Amino acid sequence: MWTSGEILEGEFLTLLGPSGCGKTTTLRMIAGFEDASSGTITVQGERIEDKEPYQRDVNTVFQNYSLFPHLTVFDNVAYGPSIRKVPKAEIRQRVTEMLHLVQMDGYEKRKPDALSGGQKQRVAIARALINNPRVLLLDEPLGALDLKLRKQMQIELKRLQRKLGITFVYVTHDQEEAMTMSDRIAVMRGGVILQIGAPMEIYDRPNCRFVADFIGESNIIDGTVRRVDGKRIEVETADGIVLTQGEGFREGEKVCVSIRPEYICLSDTPREGFTLHARIKDFIYMGTVIKTSLDLPHGQELKLSRFEADPTLHEGDERYIWWDTEKSVLIHMEGGAV
Amino acid sequence: MKQNANRKLKRQRRSRILGGIYAALIYALFYIPVLVMIQFSFNDAKRNYSWEGFTTMWYGKLFSFRNHDLWESLVYSLVIAVVATVISVVIGVLGGIGLKKFEFHGKKFINLMLYVPIVVPEIVLAVSMLIIFMSLGIKLGMGTIVIGHCTFCIPYAVVTIKGRISGDNDTLQEASMDLGANRVQTFWRVTIPSIMPGILSAAFLSFTLSIDDVIMSNMLASARQSTLPVLILSVNRTGITPDINALTTIMVLIMVTGMLLLSFIQRRRAKKEAEEMAETEKRISAMRNG
Amino acid sequence: MSGSSTATRKRHSRLPMIAQAGPVSVWMILFVTIPMLFIIFISFMTRGTFGGVEYVPTLKSYETLADLVYFNVILKSLRVALVTTVVCLLLGYPFAYYIARKPADVASRLIMLLMIPFWTNSLMRLNAWMLLFQTNGPVNKALLALGLVQKPVTFVYTDGLVLLGLITNFLPFAVLPMYSSIEKLQTAMLEASADLGARPSVTFLRVTLPLTFPGIFSAIILTFIPALGTYTITDMLGGGKVLYIGNIIKNQFGTIRNWPLGAALSVLLLLVTALLIFLYSRFAKIEDMEVL
Repeated sequence: MWTSGEILEGEFLTLLGPSGCGKTTTLRMIAGFEDASSGTITVQGERIEDKEPYQRDVNTVFQNYSLFPHLTVFDNVAYGPSIRKVPKAEIRQRVTEMLHLVQMDGYEKRKPDALSGGQKQRVAIARALINNPRVLLLDEPLGALDLKLRKQMQIELKRLQRKLGITFVYVTHDQEEAMTMSDRIAVMRGGVILQIGAPMEIYDRPNCRFVADFIGESNIIDGTVRRVDGKRIEVETADGIVLTQGEGFREGEKVCVSIRPEYICLSDTPREGFTLHARIKDFIYMGTVIKTSLDLPHGQELKLSRFEADPTLHEGDERYIWWDTEKSVLIHMEGGAV
Repeated sequence: MKQNANRKLKRQRRSRILGGIYAALIYALFYIPVLVMIQFSFNDAKRNYSWEGFTTMWYGKLFSFRNHDLWESLVYSLVIAVVATVISVVIGVLGGIGLKKFEFHGKKFINLMLYVPIVVPEIVLAVSMLIIFMSLGIKLGMGTIVIGHCTFCIPYAVVTIKGRISGDNDTLQEASMDLGANRVQTFWRVTIPSIMPGILSAAFLSFTLSIDDVIMSNMLASARQSTLPVLILSVNRTGITPDINALTTIMVLIMVTGMLLLSFIQRRRAKKEAEEMAETEKRISAMRNG
Repeated sequence: MSGSSTATRKRHSRLPMIAQAGPVSVWMILFVTIPMLFIIFISFMTRGTFGGVEYVPTLKSYETLADLVYFNVILKSLRVALVTTVVCLLLGYPFAYYIARKPADVASRLIMLLMIPFWTNSLMRLNAWMLLFQTNGPVNKALLALGLVQKPVTFVYTDGLVLLGLITNFLPFAVLPMYSSIEKLQTAMLEASADLGARPSVTFLRVTLPLTFPGIFSAIILTFIPALGTYTITDMLGGGKVLYIGNIIKNQFGTIRNWPLGAALSVLLLLVTALLIFLYSRFAKIEDMEVL
């Protein structure tokens, strides 16, 4: 596996990808639990790949918290400083500060067994942060929490990171979580970072089919470039010619067009530029949005989402579809990596 | 970087080798006496003090059944072990289930009592039972030895069984009764099969504890008859005869072969099941695709 | 119907409960509780003229224990049991650690390998040590050949050989509970400790040891107490020449026939056991004790 990426100081970087994509391995390499077979790991200009985990200025919030069951909350948080032989009085003061920071005042004497999942999480964060790490690694820290608590902790973690200005490297397979919290997201697959960038950039400008598909919902239509006219590009698909935009494409190249469900427009009549013919398959009501499935003549299915129901639409109706060229993304078939 | 990884790998390999050597030495500590014991079953001497040369004579002598005491004590030991195992497993299985399932006054106390034979020195248990039997005028013999053995086998059986009863046992029983089985049918057709491995290991443990026991068997025995280990203890003063080594060797061989056979059968059954499962899955997916 | 209805479990007949929990309860009370109480009772009685007991209360047996002869035996037994335990822990912990860090299938095979020798009659294994350490046995021959000694060393019937017998006999009972404790230890705990800056030695002292404590203490209980109470090992390897508590108790019920004294010594062993269990309960839950 190979990964290359740069983490900016003070940023909230998320490694995002399906399970088994190597995001946790990457994290464990930074922490020092796993050996990089080649290459270097550098923190603020200092190479650390030769260092043992206990010599690195990096701390981890583990997936299952990994709180020491034989120690109280206080002793768990005090573990790092006490190893560095920080004076007792100072440890006491810093632990108190930390527990206050994660809103766990008063829990000092409890054992981890007597804490709820969310509380354990807070203690685990305090235990890592008390060491003032240069980088804090978080390995799916919210994975075991229920949805409501998860959302709350996401916001709290983000605030904490802003307040402290410490670099966070966060691993998750939940793209919504990644979108909410991150300054930048690195999408990974098979041990390779496919794309790294701000959430909006990744969402709007996926650089490969996998990213387009994995981040949010997307309609992906395969085709061949028919004509390149500056940035405007004509792509021939099985269901007709569509207009899109992009740079660095050759005529005759196999490509795919990615278009988000919210950007697809419907009309009763054909439209200038390009239109495709579609039949309404069914509707799914999903709380705030209504998803509509459309069948194209050659079997491709497209998804369309709207905030409000269109009373004139019925299952089986035929419509014309199109989209704003600017909103679609053209992707090379052989999607590359950074 | 490469160099560093190599160094780390070398260190890991060194510690693995050192660990292996250490473990081998500890195993040697356990196996040397066994090998010496076997070696001296081929000793060409009347009594085992020093190695006098190789002979297989003792195995022949053993099966000419002339050493009457030896065979008698072996049979005595075996009968006691079988009876004690059966009693311990029955009481242990019932007790394990009952103590897990029911709440009653004094349950804590019984649980505590179950720890006593496990932690208290055996001599104390033996002696205290001895004075009770003597004071009540109960004749010492096979009966008292069996009681003694059961007393330390039952707790192990209960612990083993309790460990095997899973949390959803209640649900299983409820499901069984829901499907129309009465309490007794449920016990035989659901409860017992679900803890069968536990029952087997409890039986195995009880048997080995009983057959190897010296202290209880010594203290609670009549003067006339003794179990094999007690016989060995008493002839140790005058020197152990090589036919005892021969008999012990045969017993070990039977045990080891039995265990190997059992684990072989288990492994083969597991393998077969896995194969069948893969086969079924293949068929199902073929059906879906076709 | 009342407004508050709590779903209580349907009350069944008490028969199944009595059938299942009854036998074990009766057995334990008949053959554990009553004998234990009785032996405590006997220890406060007078020795009968021709053996047995006269039911006249006295503290004589406990006074006898304070006699120098007995007191020395008790001290010696405690010392030997302690040495056995310490050696078993020191030898057993790394061994248990080695096995526990192997993949599960290898580990279970290694544990099996550990059990097999113990299917051999324990007395015959002890006898084998005797044969090895005879005055003209292989160990002495090797020592002579290597020129390490000038004339054969007497090992037989010495405390040293008894100690070897005790250690080899109880080591597996120390290894097994420690193994299951170490096996339960998650690597995540060790990683968390390293992540927080602890070097391996510190991690061992502050995380591994405390977390495997139940196993270590179970090992202590399973070696110290039986080592203190044994008489077969001392009989086989000490030839009855070296006396320990176990031998003396046994003798009071055999040749010497002083039941109250034997009972008092047994009570002493009970107290030591109770003390250890009490200490254990202060540091860990009794239910966590690894007895198998």
